[in-house]
Amino acid sequence: MMNDAFDLQLMETHIEVHKFRSGAIVGATFLALILQAFVPVYFQKFAVLDLPLLVTIYFGLSRRNPSTGLLLGMVIGLLQDSLSGPTVPLGLYGIAKTIIGYLASSIGARLDTEHPAARFALTVFFFVVHQGLITLTRRLLLAEPEPWFTLRLVGAAAVNAVVAVFLFILLDRLRKN
Amino acid sequence: MAGIPSRHRSLVLLAGVILLQVVLLAVQIKRDSQGRLLRVWTVGAVSPFQRAGAKGIGNIRGTWSHYFALQNTSRDNEQLRRENDELKMQVNQLQSKAAEADRLAALLNFRQSQRNVPMLTARVIGTSADTASQTVYLDRGERDGIRRNMGVITADGVVGKVVESYRDTAQVLLLTDKDSGVGAMLSDSRIQSPAGGTGEPLLSMKYIPTDETVNVGEHVVTSGMDRIFPRDLPVGTVTEIKAGRPFQQVRVRPAANLQRLEEVIVLLTLHPLEQKKEPATPAAEASKKSASGKAAVENP
Repeated sequence: MMNDAFDLQLMETHIEVHKFRSGAIVGATFLALILQAFVPVYFQKFAVLDLPLLVTIYFGLSRRNPSTGLLLGMVIGLLQDSLSGPTVPLGLYGIAKTIIGYLASSIGARLDTEHPAARFALTVFFFVVHQGLITLTRRLLLAEPEPWFTLRLVGAAAVNAVVAVFLFILLDRLRKN
Repeated sequence: MAGIPSRHRSLVLLAGVILLQVVLLAVQIKRDSQGRLLRVWTVGAVSPFQRAGAKGIGNIRGTWSHYFALQNTSRDNEQLRRENDELKMQVNQLQSKAAEADRLAALLNFRQSQRNVPMLTARVIGTSADTASQTVYLDRGERDGIRRNMGVITADGVVGKVVESYRDTAQVLLLTDKDSGVGAMLSDSRIQSPAGGTGEPLLSMKYIPTDETVNVGEHVVTSGMDRIFPRDLPVGTVTEIKAGRPFQQVRVRPAANLQRLEEVIVLLTLHPLEQKKEPATPAAEASKKSASGKAAVENP
């Protein structure tokens, strides 16, 4: 059972829960973190992408198990925090990505998220929620005056969503048949 | 979890995990601790790949500039093209070497002019995983003598300071980070004010009194008040001045190209760097008071 894709009957719709090749989740997570911390040295504009967030969303939507989704989000978020230096306390991205992992898995269990348009819209939604959670944490827990909305947020959400559509197609190849 | 209905288990887990991280955040703020152990492990796991990547990109760039970039030359005459290619290849190699020599000469000149300060050249191998924070990783760390709060510069000017040092890697907080700052002064009028990051490409000098004259294009240099950087290192150039009371808002473009850092110099000293004495003017005294207040916050 663990080795095959199987159907989950939920709310009277068939939603496929995907399994991945061994090491795929760990490998994709690690690669996303390395690229996030390396590529902007040479291509400054790359920093607008949040690859760890896209990986969290993808595996959340695909695995469709809220518990594993939130735990994966927490691990990715904490690793991103620890790579971000002392100005970013451990837990800032951890909290945001935990919630995104949970939401993505919960939504993935209720909707068909395989269509590129659905993936685009969901990534925009999750990106904005993620940034909102970080702003909320910064304001409430760290007492930092962070703006709720900037034009850059809109642009970054769109760019991330476009990249997500193509990245998710690549990540689909890591699924077990 | 056994007594909890299965449909609520993930919600309980979510609440528990969030609560755990909120406590983790609170502990870090309360104790000013940074969860160093997890950071050391993560950086230790990632930095070898960054180091290899930086080396790989250097090789690819070298190959590209020395070979592939020459492939689009004229195809009219095969023999001429070959000769042309060979000559261009040689020219490119020489230009590349000349540029490198210029860069190294600038670094050497700087090192010679600051003989009393031990320095170390390092390569930038990574950047922050957080889009809002402006930090970079260097390929040198504790083993090379790098410690927290050491100053980092290039031949063009101030870059930032070391905020974390690991075994083979160090993390540098760039001047442009909103938590960053440097003791600075205007080069002509010698008015002092800390220059701080805003999270954007420009720096901000917030403590220049309204009645002082500041000109666009005026150079900003280190004041030495932060006890990290020696006096008179280039910080940047004034690009914008906004009126305000009691202080003007002065925006400064950093002298060092912080968007494209590849090699930097680390000032290997934690001792307060020597400052030249100069007679203080009343205006400088007034701004020094505000500057020293901010510098104390930056470097407790």
